[in-house]
Amino acid sequence: MSTKMVKFIISRQDNPETAPYLEEFEIPHRPNMNVISALMEIRRNPVNSKGEATTPVTWEMGCLEEVCGACSMVINGKPRQSCTALVDQLEQPIRLEPMKTFPVVRDLAIDRSRMFDALKRVKAWIPIDGTYDLGPGPRMPETKRQWAYELSKCMTCGVCLEACPNVNSKSDFIGPAPLSQVRLFNAHPTGEMNKEERLNAIMDDGGLASCGNSQNCVQSCPKGIPLTTSIAALNRDTSFQAFKNFFGSDR
Amino acid sequence: MAGSRDFINRRIHSLLGVIPIGLFLVQHLVVNHFATRDAEAFNKAAHFMESLPFRIFLETFVIYLPLLFHAVFGLYITFQAKNNVSRYGYFRNAMFLVQRVTGVITLIFIAWHVWETRVQAAFGQEVNFDMMADILSSPFMVAFYLVGVLSAVFHFANGLWSFFVSWGLTVSPRSQKITTYVTMAVFVALAIVSVRTIFAFI
Repeated sequence: MSTKMVKFIISRQDNPETAPYLEEFEIPHRPNMNVISALMEIRRNPVNSKGEATTPVTWEMGCLEEVCGACSMVINGKPRQSCTALVDQLEQPIRLEPMKTFPVVRDLAIDRSRMFDALKRVKAWIPIDGTYDLGPGPRMPETKRQWAYELSKCMTCGVCLEACPNVNSKSDFIGPAPLSQVRLFNAHPTGEMNKEERLNAIMDDGGLASCGNSQNCVQSCPKGIPLTTSIAALNRDTSFQAFKNFFGSDR
Repeated sequence: MAGSRDFINRRIHSLLGVIPIGLFLVQHLVVNHFATRDAEAFNKAAHFMESLPFRIFLETFVIYLPLLFHAVFGLYITFQAKNNVSRYGYFRNAMFLVQRVTGVITLIFIAWHVWETRVQAAFGQEVNFDMMADILSSPFMVAFYLVGVLSAVFHFANGLWSFFVSWGLTVSPRSQKITTYVTMAVFVALAIVSVRTIFAFI
């Protein structure tokens, strides 16, 4: 009896400088397997479909439940998390590629530093530290908390940057994810106190205005975050902020 | 500073596309529509437009300078994008690509159109019904004008949609959907006006 096999075509790259190449693998099918368990199988027995011994495929992973964002890769042409990509729901051969918008470290592992740098750049935090207890902050209306919670689901996975036509080597656009975080922190009653700082940060080069409204981000976000609503809301906020800056109101 | 240079440029690019370029486009198409009545009505309207006071200032500040900025900065924006409609075939992504394609076609068309009419007028030619009828006597030019004018009209209508988003006027998905329908209705209406005009010269 022959076991059912699953075929993979994986885009591999030995180090950041070398050229990528394709390698095919066939591994025995197991019920309910996902792309990560298939990659683990290749790691256990690194032999390609020609029967040659090869190096195990490198990838990154963390939570295995689609909340950390580390295992994002391009699967059959679409960027998504490999942990929730179930083999039985994918067309074969399954093509795996790294998200090339980011620097490739090795094989499917990429360096998402630019996303974390962007969060620092837009000040995606709430400054509350001081020399004495400031007491409780203002309360947040429940309806606002509900939509803000949706924005907080962002796991900086990078899928929206990969899908965006304006995030590429020719442009310095920071991408949708950090922008939506500005809306999240500006929505917070305490975070709102530093609203202008964040708005001014995204009015800098490569910020909000570099969005071209292709809206691929909102279609691609695995968490269903209303990224384009965030961007449009920030467009409105920065419209007012630009006039305030120019005429020196609030100063 | 009200924001970085890039931020201001992008906002100005978006604004200029509607005011004054979009308004001028609508006015231009409507006035030309006189051609569907008869040659005399068109010539009278064209003569009225060219005898407006301060004509050269109106042209410079309402048409030439805004159009030049919009075109140059638009090309810069266009060549920064890495289009990916084949991988992400969503409606808005397709519109994103079409907006850039029609922008480039419109620029080529306008360059030719200005050369053929306004520049020739500066050289002493009279712009009238016969001039246009002469240009459109060649089937190639009819096709060129149809593609050029429809590109311009589409670029304006869809650009109106992104103007509403870029300035933060439409925020929610519902409002953006409604303006999609409204701006596409604008496209259809202006397309009818301009196609009728072109065929009036044939």
